[in-house]
Amino acid sequence: MPKTIREINEKIKRGEAVVVTAEEIIDIAEEKGVKKAAQEVDVVTTATFGPMCSSGAYLNIGHSKPRIKLGGGRAYLNDVPVYTGFAAVDILIGANALPDDDPRNKIHPGEFSYGGGHVIEELVAGKDLKLTATAYGTDCYPRKKLETWINIKDLNETVLFNPRNAYQNYNVAVNLSDRVIYTYMGILKPKLGNANYCSAGQLSPLLNDPYYKTIGIGTRIFLGGGVGYVAWQGTQHNPTAPRTPNGVPRAGAGTLAVMGDLKKMSPEWLKGTTMTGYGTTLTVGIGIPIPILDEEILTYTTVKDEDIYAQVIDYSLAYPEFEPGSLGEVSYRELKSGRILVQGKEVPTGSLSSYARAKEIADILKNWIKRDKFLLTEPVQSLPSADSGLTFKPLKERPLE
Amino acid sequence: MQKKKVVLTFPYKLINQPITYHLIKDYDLKVNILRARINPREEGRLMIEIGGEEKSLEKGMNYLKELGVEVQSLAQDIRWLDEKCTHCTVCIPICPTEAIILDRNQMIVSFDKDKCIGCGLCVPACPYKAVEILF
Repeated sequence: MPKTIREINEKIKRGEAVVVTAEEIIDIAEEKGVKKAAQEVDVVTTATFGPMCSSGAYLNIGHSKPRIKLGGGRAYLNDVPVYTGFAAVDILIGANALPDDDPRNKIHPGEFSYGGGHVIEELVAGKDLKLTATAYGTDCYPRKKLETWINIKDLNETVLFNPRNAYQNYNVAVNLSDRVIYTYMGILKPKLGNANYCSAGQLSPLLNDPYYKTIGIGTRIFLGGGVGYVAWQGTQHNPTAPRTPNGVPRAGAGTLAVMGDLKKMSPEWLKGTTMTGYGTTLTVGIGIPIPILDEEILTYTTVKDEDIYAQVIDYSLAYPEFEPGSLGEVSYRELKSGRILVQGKEVPTGSLSSYARAKEIADILKNWIKRDKFLLTEPVQSLPSADSGLTFKPLKERPLE
Repeated sequence: MQKKKVVLTFPYKLINQPITYHLIKDYDLKVNILRARINPREEGRLMIEIGGEEKSLEKGMNYLKELGVEVQSLAQDIRWLDEKCTHCTVCIPICPTEAIILDRNQMIVSFDKDKCIGCGLCVPACPYKAVEILF
Protein backbone atom coordinates (compact mmCIF):
# COMPACT_ATOMS: atom_id res chain seq x y z
CA MET A 1 0.00 0.00 0.00
CA PRO A 2 1.70 3.27 -1.07
CA LYS A 3 2.05 5.99 1.56
CA THR A 4 1.67 9.73 1.14
CA ILE A 5 3.91 12.45 2.51
CA ARG A 6 0.95 13.72 4.54
CA GLU A 7 0.58 10.30 6.19
CA ILE A 8 4.29 10.17 6.95
CA ASN A 9 4.13 13.67 8.47
CA GLU A 10 1.22 12.59 10.70
CA LYS A 11 3.38 9.71 11.95
CA ILE A 12 6.29 12.11 12.55
CA LYS A 13 3.99 14.38 14.61
CA ARG A 14 2.86 11.40 16.67
CA GLY A 15 6.50 10.37 17.18
CA GLU A 16 5.82 7.08 15.40
CA ALA A 17 7.73 7.49 12.16
CA VAL A 18 10.39 4.89 11.40
CA VAL A 19 13.44 6.79 10.17
CA VAL A 20 16.74 5.20 9.13
CA THR A 21 19.82 6.37 7.25
CA ALA A 22 20.68 5.40 3.67
CA GLU A 23 23.40 3.20 5.15
CA GLU A 24 21.11 1.43 7.60
CA ILE A 25 18.38 0.76 5.02
CA ILE A 26 20.73 -1.52 3.06
CA ASP A 27 20.83 -4.18 5.79
CA ILE A 28 17.18 -3.68 6.76
CA ALA A 29 16.00 -4.33 3.19
CA GLU A 30 18.30 -7.30 2.85
CA GLU A 31 17.01 -8.80 6.06
CA LYS A 32 13.28 -8.07 5.70
CA GLY A 33 12.90 -7.88 1.96
CA VAL A 34 11.89 -4.82 -0.03
CA LYS A 35 8.14 -5.25 0.45
CA LYS A 36 8.23 -5.43 4.24
CA ALA A 37 10.92 -2.75 4.53
CA ALA A 38 8.83 -0.38 2.38
CA GLN A 39 5.85 -0.93 4.66
CA GLU A 40 7.80 -0.45 7.87
CA VAL A 41 10.23 2.34 7.03
CA ASP A 42 8.83 5.84 6.49
CA VAL A 43 11.90 7.95 5.82
CA VAL A 44 15.48 7.31 4.68
CA THR A 45 17.96 10.10 5.38
CA THR A 46 20.79 10.81 2.95
CA ALA A 47 23.68 13.22 3.27
CA THR A 48 26.89 14.61 1.86
CA PHE A 49 29.73 16.81 3.12
CA GLY A 50 32.16 17.94 0.46
CA PRO A 51 33.63 21.02 -1.22
CA MET A 52 30.97 22.68 -3.37
CA CYS A 53 32.46 25.56 -5.36
CA SER A 54 29.20 26.98 -6.64
CA SER A 55 28.24 28.27 -3.19
CA GLY A 56 27.67 31.75 -1.93
CA ALA A 57 25.59 34.00 0.25
CA TYR A 58 23.64 37.21 -0.11
CA LEU A 59 23.34 39.64 2.74
CA ASN A 60 21.31 42.75 3.36
CA ILE A 61 23.58 44.85 5.57
CA GLY A 62 21.03 47.56 6.47
CA HIS A 63 21.18 51.24 5.54
CA SER A 64 23.85 53.53 6.97
CA LYS A 65 23.26 57.11 7.99
CA PRO A 66 23.75 58.99 5.70
CA ARG A 67 22.83 56.39 3.10
CA ILE A 68 25.22 54.75 0.64
CA LYS A 69 24.38 52.91 -2.56
CA LEU A 70 26.80 50.02 -2.94
CA GLY A 71 25.18 49.04 -6.22
CA GLY A 72 27.65 49.95 -8.96
CA GLY A 73 30.37 50.61 -6.39
CA ARG A 74 32.89 48.29 -4.79
CA ALA A 75 32.69 46.45 -1.50
CA TYR A 76 34.84 43.97 0.44
CA LEU A 77 34.35 41.68 3.42
CA ASN A 78 37.68 41.06 5.18
CA ASP A 79 39.31 42.34 1.96
CA VAL A 80 37.52 39.71 -0.14
CA PRO A 81 35.52 41.40 -2.93
CA VAL A 82 31.75 40.96 -2.89
CA TYR A 83 29.34 41.49 -5.77
CA THR A 84 27.51 44.82 -5.60
CA GLY A 85 25.21 44.62 -8.59
CA PHE A 86 22.03 44.45 -6.50
CA ALA A 87 20.43 47.66 -5.16
CA ALA A 88 21.89 49.76 -2.34
CA VAL A 89 22.80 47.38 0.47
CA ASP A 90 22.38 43.83 -0.86
CA ILE A 91 25.75 42.17 -1.36
CA LEU A 92 26.64 38.74 -2.65
CA ILE A 93 29.74 36.81 -1.66
CA GLY A 94 30.93 33.78 -3.59
CA ALA A 95 33.00 30.93 -2.14
CA ASN A 96 35.73 31.33 -4.77
CA ALA A 97 36.26 35.10 -4.30
CA LEU A 98 39.82 36.14 -3.40
CA PRO A 99 41.35 39.32 -1.97
CA ASP A 100 42.56 41.66 -4.75
CA ASP A 101 46.11 41.41 -3.41
CA ASP A 102 46.16 37.61 -3.14
CA PRO A 103 49.09 36.48 -5.30
CA ARG A 104 46.92 33.67 -6.77
CA ASN A 105 49.10 31.32 -8.81
CA LYS A 106 51.83 33.87 -9.57
CA ILE A 107 54.14 31.60 -7.65
CA HIS A 108 52.71 28.21 -8.47
CA PRO A 109 51.15 26.51 -6.59
CA GLY A 110 49.40 29.40 -4.84
CA GLU A 111 48.40 28.93 -1.21
CA PHE A 112 44.87 30.37 -1.35
CA SER A 113 44.64 30.49 2.41
CA TYR A 114 41.66 32.87 2.62
CA GLY A 115 38.73 33.59 0.35
CA GLY A 116 34.97 33.81 0.11
CA GLY A 117 34.38 30.37 1.61
CA HIS A 118 36.33 31.38 4.72
CA VAL A 119 34.40 34.68 4.95
CA ILE A 120 31.12 32.73 4.94
CA GLU A 121 32.39 30.33 7.64
CA GLU A 122 33.51 33.26 9.85
CA LEU A 123 30.24 35.11 9.31
CA VAL A 124 28.28 32.04 10.39
CA ALA A 125 30.63 31.56 13.36
CA GLY A 126 29.50 34.98 14.62
CA LYS A 127 32.86 36.69 14.07
CA ASP A 128 32.99 40.40 13.27
CA LEU A 129 33.84 41.02 9.61
CA LYS A 130 35.41 44.17 8.19
CA LEU A 131 33.20 45.79 5.56
CA THR A 132 34.85 48.39 3.33
CA ALA A 133 33.07 49.99 0.42
CA THR A 134 33.28 52.86 -2.02
CA ALA A 135 30.41 54.26 -4.06
CA TYR A 136 29.88 57.06 -6.56
CA GLY A 137 27.24 58.97 -4.57
CA THR A 138 23.80 60.14 -5.68
CA ASP A 139 21.32 62.74 -4.46
CA CYS A 140 19.45 60.06 -2.53
CA TYR A 141 22.53 58.03 -1.50
CA PRO A 142 25.18 60.73 -0.93
CA ARG A 143 27.81 58.74 0.92
CA LYS A 144 30.89 57.58 -1.00
CA LYS A 145 32.84 55.63 1.57
CA LEU A 146 32.04 53.10 4.27
CA GLU A 147 34.32 51.27 6.69
CA THR A 148 32.78 49.30 9.52
CA TRP A 149 32.69 46.03 11.39
CA ILE A 150 29.60 43.95 10.77
CA ASN A 151 28.23 40.91 12.55
CA ILE A 152 25.65 38.41 11.33
CA LYS A 153 23.38 39.09 14.30
CA ASP A 154 22.94 42.74 13.26
CA LEU A 155 22.28 42.09 9.56
CA ASN A 156 18.89 41.73 7.92
CA GLU A 157 18.57 38.79 5.53
CA THR A 158 21.60 36.49 5.46
CA VAL A 159 20.93 33.74 2.96
CA LEU A 160 23.16 30.93 1.81
CA PHE A 161 22.37 30.48 -1.87
CA ASN A 162 24.28 27.78 -3.69
CA PRO A 163 23.61 27.53 -7.43
CA ARG A 164 25.10 24.03 -7.63
CA ASN A 165 25.50 21.52 -4.80
CA ALA A 166 25.05 17.83 -4.08
CA TYR A 167 26.37 16.51 -7.40
CA GLN A 168 24.85 13.18 -8.27
CA ASN A 169 28.10 11.25 -8.68
CA TYR A 170 31.43 12.70 -9.79
CA ASN A 171 34.72 11.99 -11.54
CA VAL A 172 37.65 10.14 -10.04
CA ALA A 173 40.67 12.35 -10.75
CA VAL A 174 44.10 11.00 -11.67
CA ASN A 175 47.26 12.42 -13.23
CA LEU A 176 48.93 10.60 -16.13
CA SER A 177 51.63 13.24 -16.63
CA ASP A 178 55.08 13.22 -15.08
CA ARG A 179 54.62 16.37 -12.97
CA VAL A 180 52.55 17.08 -9.85
CA ILE A 181 49.32 18.89 -10.67
CA TYR A 182 47.19 21.04 -8.36
CA THR A 183 43.47 20.78 -9.09
CA TYR A 184 40.05 21.31 -7.55
CA MET A 185 40.21 17.55 -6.97
CA GLY A 186 43.29 18.01 -4.81
CA ILE A 187 46.99 17.46 -5.36
CA LEU A 188 47.49 14.72 -7.93
CA LYS A 189 50.82 12.97 -7.92
CA PRO A 190 52.44 12.15 -11.28
CA LYS A 191 52.09 8.88 -13.15
CA LEU A 192 48.93 7.71 -11.41
CA GLY A 193 50.35 8.44 -7.94
CA ASN A 194 46.90 8.82 -6.40
CA ALA A 195 43.22 8.90 -7.36
CA ASN A 196 40.84 11.36 -5.70
CA TYR A 197 37.07 11.01 -5.68
CA CYS A 198 34.31 13.21 -4.29
CA SER A 199 30.98 11.65 -3.35
CA ALA A 200 29.40 10.09 -0.30
CA GLY A 201 28.40 7.17 -2.57
CA GLN A 202 25.63 5.11 -0.99
CA LEU A 203 24.78 7.98 1.41
CA SER A 204 24.68 10.71 -1.24
CA PRO A 205 21.21 12.28 -1.70
CA LEU A 206 20.69 12.11 -5.47
CA LEU A 207 22.25 8.64 -5.74
CA ASN A 208 19.42 7.43 -3.48
CA ASP A 209 16.73 9.10 -5.58
CA PRO A 210 18.28 8.69 -9.02
CA TYR A 211 15.28 9.89 -11.03
CA TYR A 212 14.36 12.73 -8.59
CA LYS A 213 11.01 11.11 -7.75
CA THR A 214 10.88 12.68 -4.27
CA ILE A 215 13.53 15.42 -4.24
CA GLY A 216 12.28 18.46 -6.13
CA ILE A 217 11.80 22.20 -5.94
CA GLY A 218 10.70 23.12 -2.44
CA THR A 219 12.10 20.03 -0.71
CA ARG A 220 13.07 20.88 2.88
CA ILE A 221 16.62 19.80 3.70
CA PHE A 222 19.40 19.95 6.29
CA LEU A 223 21.68 22.71 5.04
CA GLY A 224 24.86 23.77 6.80
CA GLY A 225 23.53 22.70 10.18
CA GLY A 226 20.22 24.53 9.73
CA VAL A 227 17.15 24.08 7.60
CA GLY A 228 17.18 24.91 3.92
CA TYR A 229 15.27 24.22 0.74
CA VAL A 230 15.90 22.98 -2.76
CA ALA A 231 15.37 26.14 -4.81
CA TRP A 232 15.80 24.78 -8.31
CA GLN A 233 17.77 22.23 -10.25
CA GLY A 234 21.46 23.05 -9.80
CA THR A 235 23.53 24.51 -12.60
CA GLN A 236 25.00 21.90 -14.96
CA HIS A 237 22.08 19.59 -14.07
CA ASN A 238 22.52 16.73 -16.52
CA PRO A 239 19.84 14.10 -15.97
CA THR A 240 20.52 12.40 -19.29
CA ALA A 241 23.98 11.17 -18.22
CA PRO A 242 24.50 7.43 -18.81
CA ARG A 243 22.99 5.21 -16.12
CA THR A 244 23.33 1.63 -14.91
CA PRO A 245 20.21 -0.62 -15.12
CA ASN A 246 19.33 0.38 -11.51
CA GLY A 247 19.05 4.00 -12.66
CA VAL A 248 22.23 5.24 -10.99
CA PRO A 249 24.26 7.64 -13.15
CA ARG A 250 27.75 6.44 -14.01
CA ALA A 251 29.14 10.00 -14.03
CA GLY A 252 28.23 13.49 -12.79
CA ALA A 253 24.50 13.97 -13.49
CA GLY A 254 21.86 15.81 -11.44
CA THR A 255 22.62 18.77 -9.19
CA LEU A 256 20.66 20.95 -6.75
CA ALA A 257 20.44 24.68 -6.13
CA VAL A 258 19.84 25.11 -2.41
CA MET A 259 19.19 27.98 -0.05
CA GLY A 260 18.65 28.64 3.64
CA ASP A 261 19.01 31.09 6.52
CA LEU A 262 22.68 31.47 7.47
CA LYS A 263 21.73 32.66 10.95
CA LYS A 264 20.47 29.17 11.74
CA MET A 265 23.56 27.43 10.35
CA SER A 266 26.81 26.42 12.02
CA PRO A 267 30.50 26.70 11.05
CA GLU A 268 30.79 22.99 11.76
CA TRP A 269 28.79 22.28 8.59
CA LEU A 270 29.99 25.18 6.42
CA LYS A 271 33.75 25.17 6.16
CA GLY A 272 36.02 27.57 4.31
CA THR A 273 38.22 25.37 2.18
CA THR A 274 41.59 25.74 0.48
CA MET A 275 42.66 23.83 -2.59
CA THR A 276 46.37 24.52 -3.05
CA GLY A 277 47.15 25.82 -6.54
CA TYR A 278 43.44 26.08 -7.34
CA GLY A 279 41.62 28.47 -5.02
CA THR A 280 39.18 28.67 -2.16
CA THR A 281 35.79 27.05 -1.85
CA LEU A 282 33.17 26.10 0.71
CA THR A 283 32.53 22.64 2.12
CA VAL A 284 28.80 22.29 2.64
CA GLY A 285 26.85 19.83 4.73
CA ILE A 286 23.59 18.72 3.10
CA GLY A 287 21.10 16.16 4.33
CA ILE A 288 17.96 15.19 2.43
CA PRO A 289 15.13 12.97 3.66
CA ILE A 290 13.55 10.55 1.23
CA PRO A 291 9.94 9.65 2.02
CA ILE A 292 9.39 5.94 1.42
CA LEU A 293 6.18 6.23 -0.56
CA ASP A 294 6.38 2.81 -2.19
CA GLU A 295 8.62 -0.16 -2.92
CA GLU A 296 10.21 1.45 -5.95
CA ILE A 297 11.43 4.43 -3.92
CA LEU A 298 12.66 2.15 -1.18
CA THR A 299 14.56 0.04 -3.72
CA TYR A 300 16.41 3.14 -4.93
CA THR A 301 17.52 3.93 -1.37
CA THR A 302 19.07 0.49 -0.94
CA VAL A 303 21.78 1.34 -3.46
CA LYS A 304 25.20 0.17 -2.26
CA ASP A 305 28.71 1.47 -2.89
CA GLU A 306 29.41 -1.57 -5.06
CA ASP A 307 26.48 -0.66 -7.35
CA ILE A 308 27.66 2.91 -7.94
CA TYR A 309 30.30 3.51 -10.60
CA ALA A 310 32.39 6.58 -11.38
CA GLN A 311 34.63 7.44 -14.32
CA VAL A 312 38.39 7.77 -13.89
CA ILE A 313 39.50 10.94 -15.66
CA ASP A 314 43.00 12.23 -16.40
CA TYR A 315 43.26 15.75 -14.99
CA SER A 316 46.62 16.46 -16.65
CA LEU A 317 45.18 16.44 -20.17
CA ALA A 318 41.67 15.06 -20.77
CA TYR A 319 39.91 17.30 -18.21
CA PRO A 320 41.67 20.61 -18.91
CA GLU A 321 41.47 20.14 -22.68
CA PHE A 322 37.83 19.05 -22.45
CA GLU A 323 38.64 15.84 -24.30
CA PRO A 324 36.19 12.97 -24.02
CA GLY A 325 37.34 9.66 -22.67
CA SER A 326 37.46 7.80 -19.42
CA LEU A 327 40.34 5.63 -18.24
CA GLY A 328 37.83 3.19 -16.83
CA GLU A 329 35.00 2.76 -14.41
CA VAL A 330 35.39 1.93 -10.71
CA SER A 331 32.85 1.36 -7.96
CA TYR A 332 32.69 3.31 -4.70
CA ARG A 333 33.35 0.07 -2.89
CA GLU A 334 36.69 -0.16 -4.70
CA LEU A 335 37.37 3.53 -4.09
CA LYS A 336 36.70 3.16 -0.36
CA SER A 337 38.91 0.06 -0.16
CA GLY A 338 41.88 2.41 -0.63
CA ARG A 339 43.12 1.10 -3.98
CA ILE A 340 41.81 1.00 -7.52
CA LEU A 341 43.27 -0.47 -10.67
CA VAL A 342 43.94 2.04 -13.48
CA GLN A 343 45.77 1.00 -16.64
CA GLY A 344 47.02 -2.08 -14.82
CA LYS A 345 48.46 -0.05 -11.93
CA GLU A 346 47.28 -0.11 -8.33
CA VAL A 347 46.51 3.47 -7.39
CA PRO A 348 45.87 4.61 -3.78
CA THR A 349 42.66 6.58 -3.30
CA GLY A 350 41.62 9.60 -1.26
CA SER A 351 38.28 11.35 -0.97
CA LEU A 352 37.44 15.04 -0.86
CA SER A 353 33.96 14.29 0.42
CA SER A 354 33.83 13.14 4.05
CA TYR A 355 31.84 9.94 4.44
CA ALA A 356 32.20 10.14 8.24
CA ARG A 357 30.67 13.62 8.32
CA ALA A 358 27.94 12.65 5.84
CA LYS A 359 27.01 9.82 8.19
CA GLU A 360 26.80 12.28 11.07
CA ILE A 361 24.48 14.54 9.06
CA ALA A 362 22.25 11.60 8.10
CA ASP A 363 22.02 10.75 11.81
CA ILE A 364 21.26 14.34 12.86
CA LEU A 365 18.50 14.61 10.26
CA LYS A 366 17.13 11.23 11.38
CA ASN A 367 16.93 12.51 14.94
CA TRP A 368 15.30 15.79 13.90
CA ILE A 369 12.58 13.85 12.10
CA LYS A 370 12.14 11.35 14.91
CA ARG A 371 11.75 14.17 17.42
CA ASP A 372 9.20 16.03 15.29
CA LYS A 373 11.59 18.90 14.60
CA PHE A 374 11.50 18.43 10.85
CA LEU A 375 8.53 17.64 8.61
CA LEU A 376 8.79 16.40 5.05
CA THR A 377 7.60 18.41 2.07
CA GLU A 378 5.87 17.62 -1.18
CA PRO A 379 7.94 19.04 -4.06
CA VAL A 380 6.30 22.09 -5.62
CA GLN A 381 7.65 20.91 -8.94
CA SER A 382 9.79 17.97 -10.04
CA LEU A 383 13.32 18.43 -11.32
CA PRO A 384 13.95 17.58 -14.97
CA SER A 385 14.71 13.86 -15.06
CA ALA A 386 16.20 11.33 -17.47
CA ASP A 387 13.23 11.65 -19.82
CA SER A 388 13.50 15.45 -20.09
CA GLY A 389 16.13 15.40 -22.81
CA LEU A 390 18.03 18.08 -20.87
CA THR A 391 21.79 17.91 -21.40
CA PHE A 392 24.77 19.83 -20.12
CA LYS A 393 25.98 21.86 -23.08
CA PRO A 394 29.53 23.02 -23.71
CA LEU A 395 30.19 26.65 -24.59
CA LYS A 396 29.90 27.38 -28.30
CA GLU A 397 32.54 29.99 -28.96
CA ARG A 398 31.90 32.37 -31.84
CA PRO A 399 34.55 34.78 -33.11
CA LEU A 400 33.73 38.41 -32.33
CA GLU A 401 34.56 39.62 -35.84
CA MET B 1 68.45 -0.26 20.38
CA GLN B 2 66.45 2.90 21.02
CA LYS B 3 65.15 5.35 18.50
CA LYS B 4 63.63 8.79 18.70
CA LYS B 5 62.72 11.68 16.48
CA VAL B 6 63.97 15.05 17.66
CA VAL B 7 64.41 18.60 16.46
CA LEU B 8 67.80 20.17 17.20
CA THR B 9 68.19 23.92 17.34
CA PHE B 10 71.73 25.24 16.92
CA PRO B 11 72.67 28.73 18.02
CA TYR B 12 74.52 30.88 15.46
CA LYS B 13 77.98 29.99 16.85
CA LEU B 14 77.46 26.29 16.16
CA ILE B 15 76.19 26.52 12.60
CA ASN B 16 79.54 25.57 11.10
CA GLN B 17 80.22 22.65 13.45
CA PRO B 18 80.02 19.07 12.08
CA ILE B 19 77.84 17.92 14.95
CA THR B 20 76.07 15.14 13.08
CA TYR B 21 79.48 13.68 12.22
CA HIS B 22 80.40 13.58 15.90
CA LEU B 23 77.12 11.92 16.84
CA ILE B 24 77.84 9.14 14.37
CA LYS B 25 81.59 8.81 14.76
CA ASP B 26 82.07 9.41 18.49
CA TYR B 27 78.84 8.04 19.90
CA ASP B 28 78.06 5.27 17.39
CA LEU B 29 74.58 6.59 16.70
CA LYS B 30 72.48 6.14 13.58
CA VAL B 31 71.32 9.55 12.37
CA ASN B 32 68.66 9.91 9.69
CA ILE B 33 68.24 13.53 8.64
CA LEU B 34 64.58 14.30 7.88
CA ARG B 35 64.83 18.06 7.38
CA ALA B 36 67.40 20.80 7.83
CA ARG B 37 67.33 24.56 7.54
CA ILE B 38 68.87 27.76 8.75
CA ASN B 39 66.16 30.21 9.69
CA PRO B 40 66.26 34.01 9.37
CA ARG B 41 67.30 34.35 13.01
CA GLU B 42 70.43 32.50 11.93
CA GLU B 43 69.65 29.47 14.01
CA GLY B 44 70.20 26.07 12.51
CA ARG B 45 67.39 23.55 12.79
CA LEU B 46 67.74 19.86 12.13
CA MET B 47 64.95 17.31 12.25
CA ILE B 48 66.47 13.86 12.76
CA GLU B 49 65.67 10.33 13.70
CA ILE B 50 68.41 9.14 16.01
CA GLY B 51 68.99 5.61 17.27
CA GLY B 52 71.53 3.47 19.08
CA GLU B 53 72.28 1.70 22.38
CA GLU B 54 70.58 3.31 25.35
CA LYS B 55 73.88 4.41 26.91
CA SER B 56 75.25 5.83 23.64
CA LEU B 57 72.04 7.70 23.01
CA GLU B 58 72.18 9.22 26.48
CA LYS B 59 75.80 10.25 25.99
CA GLY B 60 75.05 11.69 22.56
CA MET B 61 72.19 13.75 23.99
CA ASN B 62 74.43 15.02 26.78
CA TYR B 63 77.05 15.99 24.20
CA LEU B 64 74.43 18.06 22.37
CA LYS B 65 73.22 19.75 25.54
CA GLU B 66 76.75 20.61 26.67
CA LEU B 67 77.43 22.22 23.31
CA GLY B 68 74.35 24.38 23.71
CA VAL B 69 72.16 22.58 21.15
CA GLU B 70 68.52 22.65 22.14
CA VAL B 71 66.85 19.23 21.80
CA GLN B 72 63.11 18.79 21.64
CA SER B 73 60.89 15.99 20.55
CA LEU B 74 59.54 16.15 16.99
CA ALA B 75 56.04 15.83 18.36
CA GLN B 76 56.22 19.42 19.58
CA ASP B 77 56.82 20.69 16.05
CA ILE B 78 53.97 18.81 14.42
CA ARG B 79 50.38 19.50 15.27
CA TRP B 80 47.41 17.49 14.14
CA LEU B 81 44.37 19.67 14.72
CA ASP B 82 41.60 17.20 15.26
CA GLU B 83 38.96 19.93 15.43
CA LYS B 84 39.86 21.06 11.90
CA CYS B 85 39.99 17.60 10.31
CA THR B 86 36.80 16.70 8.46
CA HIS B 87 37.91 13.09 7.86
CA CYS B 88 37.73 13.60 4.10
CA THR B 89 40.75 11.27 3.54
CA VAL B 90 42.38 13.26 0.72
CA CYS B 91 45.69 13.18 2.67
CA ILE B 92 45.76 9.40 2.96
CA PRO B 93 47.53 8.61 -0.36
CA ILE B 94 49.83 11.63 0.13
CA CYS B 95 51.47 10.51 3.41
CA PRO B 96 54.60 8.42 2.61
CA THR B 97 54.91 6.77 6.04
CA GLU B 98 51.29 5.87 6.83
CA ALA B 99 51.38 8.26 9.77
CA ILE B 100 47.88 9.33 8.78
CA ILE B 101 45.66 6.35 9.43
CA LEU B 102 42.20 5.65 8.08
CA ASP B 103 39.79 3.33 9.85
CA ARG B 104 38.01 2.05 6.76
CA ASN B 105 35.00 0.79 8.68
CA GLN B 106 34.14 4.17 10.12
CA MET B 107 36.07 6.22 7.53
CA ILE B 108 37.66 8.14 10.43
CA VAL B 109 41.14 9.62 10.10
CA SER B 110 43.71 9.64 12.91
CA PHE B 111 47.36 10.55 13.24
CA ASP B 112 50.29 8.50 14.56
CA LYS B 113 52.98 10.97 15.64
CA ASP B 114 55.57 8.22 15.97
CA LYS B 115 55.33 7.36 12.28
CA CYS B 116 55.43 10.98 11.10
CA ILE B 117 58.76 12.07 9.60
CA GLY B 118 57.72 15.70 9.27
CA CYS B 119 58.03 15.75 5.47
CA GLY B 120 55.17 18.25 5.27
CA LEU B 121 53.55 16.80 2.13
CA CYS B 122 50.17 16.69 3.86
CA VAL B 123 50.22 20.40 4.72
CA PRO B 124 49.32 21.77 1.26
CA ALA B 125 47.15 18.71 0.56
CA CYS B 126 44.78 19.37 3.49
CA PRO B 127 41.89 21.62 2.44
CA TYR B 128 41.17 22.55 6.09
CA LYS B 129 44.70 23.26 7.38
CA ALA B 130 44.39 20.48 9.92
CA VAL B 131 48.15 19.83 10.01
CA GLU B 132 50.74 22.34 11.14
CA ILE B 133 54.47 21.85 10.96
CA LEU B 134 56.27 24.58 12.83
CA PHE B 135 59.76 23.53 11.71
